[in-house]
Amino acid sequence: MKLELRFFASLREGLGLSGEVITTPPDVKTIADLRHHLAQRGNPWAEVLASTKVIRCALNQEMVADSSPLVEGAEVAFFPPVTGG
Amino acid sequence: MQSDFIRIQEQDFDLTTEVKALHKDDPRVGAVVTFIGTVRDLNDGSQVKGMTLEHYPGMTEKSLGEIIQQARGRWDLYRTLVIHRVGPLLPEDQIVLVAVTSAHRGEAFAACEFIMDYLKTAAPFWKKEDTPEGSKWVDARVTDDAAMARWS
Repeated sequence: MKLELRFFASLREGLGLSGEVITTPPDVKTIADLRHHLAQRGNPWAEVLASTKVIRCALNQEMVADSSPLVEGAEVAFFPPVTGG
Repeated sequence: MQSDFIRIQEQDFDLTTEVKALHKDDPRVGAVVTFIGTVRDLNDGSQVKGMTLEHYPGMTEKSLGEIIQQARGRWDLYRTLVIHRVGPLLPEDQIVLVAVTSAHRGEAFAACEFIMDYLKTAAPFWKKEDTPEGSKWVDARVTDDAAMARWS
């Protein structure tokens, strides 16, 4: 499915990318699948998205759990835990 | 009439001006509680020379709106205001203002603290500090999660 990816803060810097539009293979069904799929691109993806790192995800600008299903055309953002205020 | 105001901006804000505007022409108000967060010059043992605040435009406003709606579900509030600055900031600079009006202080105190605790853990802002050792992204604090957990 087609997704619009967004990256923020240390993830954006680590990847050298603030966003991209991708088309995922059919076996990528959840946020966790997507993260794993992207990590398989090799470095810096593997390092930045490593499963040991605490990363938050938003689906259409709402914070969601890793197990959340992806939806066609969604905006999917990855970022570190927030530190505002 | 609009009663919730959310502003993300680079420029500074003036507490007196904002508070005055928030309860202007609203004689129901008996309590105004405000919180201001400022930049400290020391964090996790490092000297902080300045910082840059990044956010997720769109989601930021949406998440703050949801936090305010949750507060309205718990307490009787009249008007609310959240101003959060982004971009480059220096020690002593103001970062965030949360202001709440209600009939009585109890509701306003609680709602202001609730909004701030939720903002710290749910609104998409990130700080990057400039220190003598170089610039580094600030790590999220476990104490912030604990502060939010008190409300559930």
